[in-house]
Formats: sequence, C-alpha cells, structure tokens
Amino acid sequence: MSLILAIESSCDETAVAILRDGREVLASLVASQIDLHRKFGGVVPEVACRAHMEVLLPLVDEALAKAGVQPEELSAVASTNRPGLIGALLVGLSGAKGLAFAWDKPLITVNHIEGHIAAAQFSCPEMTCPYIALVVSGGHTNIFLVSGQGKYESLAQTLDDAAGEAFDKAAKLLDLGFPGGPAISKAAVNGNPKAYPWLNTCLPKDGENFSFSGLKTAVLYAARGQKAGRKGPLLLDEQGVNDAAASFQYAVVRALVKRTVAAAKQAGVKWIALGGGVAANGELRETMAAEGKKIGCQVAIPPMNLCTDNAVMIAVRAQELYESGAFDELSVSAVARCI
Amino acid sequence: MDSIEWRSDSPESTRQFGATLASICEGGEIFFLNGDLGAGKTCLTQGLAKGLGIDTPVTSPTFVLHCQYPGRLELNHYDAYRLDGSGNLAGLGLDDLFGARGSVAVVEWPEMLAADVPSDYMEVEIRVDSPESRIFCLKAHGVGHRRFMSRLAEILGVAA
Repeated sequence: MSLILAIESSCDETAVAILRDGREVLASLVASQIDLHRKFGGVVPEVACRAHMEVLLPLVDEALAKAGVQPEELSAVASTNRPGLIGALLVGLSGAKGLAFAWDKPLITVNHIEGHIAAAQFSCPEMTCPYIALVVSGGHTNIFLVSGQGKYESLAQTLDDAAGEAFDKAAKLLDLGFPGGPAISKAAVNGNPKAYPWLNTCLPKDGENFSFSGLKTAVLYAARGQKAGRKGPLLLDEQGVNDAAASFQYAVVRALVKRTVAAAKQAGVKWIALGGGVAANGELRETMAAEGKKIGCQVAIPPMNLCTDNAVMIAVRAQELYESGAFDELSVSAVARCI
Repeated sequence: MDSIEWRSDSPESTRQFGATLASICEGGEIFFLNGDLGAGKTCLTQGLAKGLGIDTPVTSPTFVLHCQYPGRLELNHYDAYRLDGSGNLAGLGLDDLFGARGSVAVVEWPEMLAADVPSDYMEVEIRVDSPESRIFCLKAHGVGHRRFMSRLAEILGVAA
C-alpha cells in the first residue's frame, strides 16, 4: 500500500492531492487563481507566484485533514517540476522539498505533460499501450506516442503558439474576457463555424505539426481590421463576434482532431488519450470521439476537473515513478521548458 | 546614423532577414521587438534561431515567459506580453542573461516591462504595411549595437 501527496503549481492553479496506490483519491483540492487573473486578461506571473505561496501550505494541511492521513503515513511527496512558469514551479517544488525533508520522505518530481497523459489513463483504466496522446493547454500542444509506461515519443507539436494561448488571445481580441476557452465556446454556440475559412491556417505544410499564430492574426484582422491593430475598435457586432468565435473554435478543434487521428492511424493504435485544459472543450471532446470511432479508436477523455490543472494527475504519474524507484535528490531543480 | 529601414514582402523573407541578423551576432546582442499581434515577431525570431544553427522549433514563450535554445550562440527568447506592465523580468529572475557572453536575447512585447531595461540594445519596430508586407525599423542604442548596425548596413548595402 502506498500513499502519495502531490503538489501542482506550474501555472495559475495551486493544487494538492493525496492518493492511495495511485487509484483512490483521498483528497483533491484546487485553489483557483482565475479571479486574480481575470482583470489582467491572462496569467500575471508575479501574481501567480505570490498566490501560490499564500495558499500552498494551508492547502496541504486541508488535504491531510480531509484524507484523514498523518504525514508519517505518507510513502512519498511529489511535485511538478517541469515545464511551466519558473517562479510558480519553484513555489510548489520548494514546498515539496521542505515537506519531504521535514517528514523524512522520498521526493518525486513529475513532468506536468506526463501528468496530463496519466489523467487519461487514470480515468480510463481499460486503455492499453500503445496509444496516441494529445496534450493541449495554455502552454502545450503536443501529440505523443505512448508505447509503454514512461515511454513517450513526441510526434508533433505547435510550431508557434499553443492552442490554449490562441484561445486566450482570440478571446481578448473579440472582447470576450478571460479565461478564453469557456468564453469562446459560449459565444460559438450562437455563431456560424463556416463564416471564416480558418482551418488551413492551423495546418502547416509539413503535414504533421500545428500552427496557431496565423489564426490569431486572422482573428485580429477580422475583429479590428488590418491597420488598426489590437488596440483599434472592435469592428464586429454581436453576431459577428459569435461567428468569429465559432469559426475560430472550428479551426482549432478540426486541426487538433485531424492531426491526432492521422497519427493514430499511422501508428495503428486502438486508443487515443486527451489531456490538458483545452480537452475540457466540449466541441473537441465530441469531435475527437466521433472521428476516432471512424478509424476504430476508442477515446479516453478525463472528466473536466482532471483536464484542467490538478494534483491528482501528478500523484498518478508519481505512483508509477514510485513503483519504479525513480526518486529525486533535494537538489533537483525546476525547468521552465523541456527542449 | 543609427537606424535602418528594411522591407519584407513575405514571412519567408522575414525569416531570411532574421538569419542575416544572426550572421552578425557575436554574443551579447539584445533585440527588443515592438509590433502588434501578427506583425511577425515570432517569425523574425525563428529566422534568427535558424541562423544561429538552432534546429528545434522556436515556439511562443507567452506562457513560460522565457525559452532557451542552445546553438552557435545560445538564444534566450523572452515574451513580456502577460506581464501587462505590472511586472518586470528582473523580479522574475529572467534578466540575468541580458547581454551575457555567448548569448543572444530577443524580447517580445518589451513595452510590457515596467522598468530595468538595458541601455545597449537594438530596437526593432515592425510595422504592418499590408497583409503580406512588413517594414522593419531598426534603431541602435548604445555603442555595441551601433557597431552591429554598421555591419548590418554593409551587408544589406544600405547607408546606416
């Protein structure tokens, strides 16, 4: 029997979870900082770091109380240490180091992206390797071939902006607010997804990767004209905004599904896993499930609360690392980006 | 004279211009890129990276603020977009590499930095002229980057 306490603080959520054997969630807490960030239209890193620091230890205490676990009963302390905002990562990692040292427990560091993939495996235990995983969030847009536990091969990625970042920037250009994902989806319900032919801007000629920078420019031109720039007045009426939002969402979702399904077909796998904040997008979930089915693939999609950043996924991946004895020294550092 | 204007008529020629800038770099260069969303800041940076012998794709650092790529010279790519004028790179410990030997720094959205900008740097303003064409206005600040500007003028065959 093992008990792992995991911390996630790579971007704007501080989260703590305690899992038994990587399967049973005894506590899962997320202290959302979204309200702090909303007025800035994005994550302001210094705000993020300060807020992580304020809530981390109270969150750990609450998780222990909720799980009815004493620190001495824990098997290990885990934390995300890459990739993400460096200051934000350092708060969670340093906290985990301090706790591991004070409680005399082993420390396990987890790759945030591998955590998102683990969330799909956790939500859908019948999924077997090999499978194709699409991780899509504010900072990442990656397709992996997962050939076994801990065996990830990167097949494709964005060549410029991440899909989630594109959602945030497009929402800002359309005066729809932050976070961009839910705001765009809401406006898209009443819009025409064929109003603007934007899909091809997301599909670079290499036939493998993604590009969302051209799409962002297309939204800028549609919303504010070619000359005025992002500070120019919004040229669209309500219906126009809805149409732009729907066309934007259609382009992103179709591009993600097209590349992922092609990768699954190429690799000859039977499963597709989705992860990351953008996987909370209803349109993406439905389209991926439908298109996957056409090539005989089942699609593993975590529930909404395990798509957005959480610590359960970190604990699940940490459990695998715990079982293989992959512990870290207290000198381990945080890494903003994995090259 | 310490400024140059240069016109690009396609993303490809913007990348080529980035590679030309890279060919002059000796380490310690700092480029501040001013231009709206979609002006071509990332595109220019991609060309510069390629010119520095960096093969990995240069992606937007908006989320992580700072990306680092090893090459002939190390490229440190910053994006201050999300700071929204409320923070500074120094406060985040990200400015240590400005002007460092063996390193080239590119900063997108420098106007979002609250303060503590270096005094020797190259200002690159990108103006959108038409959907395809862009005008790059380079302005050298400090002795080091004025020297860079003279070499660039020579290569481009224009008077700086």
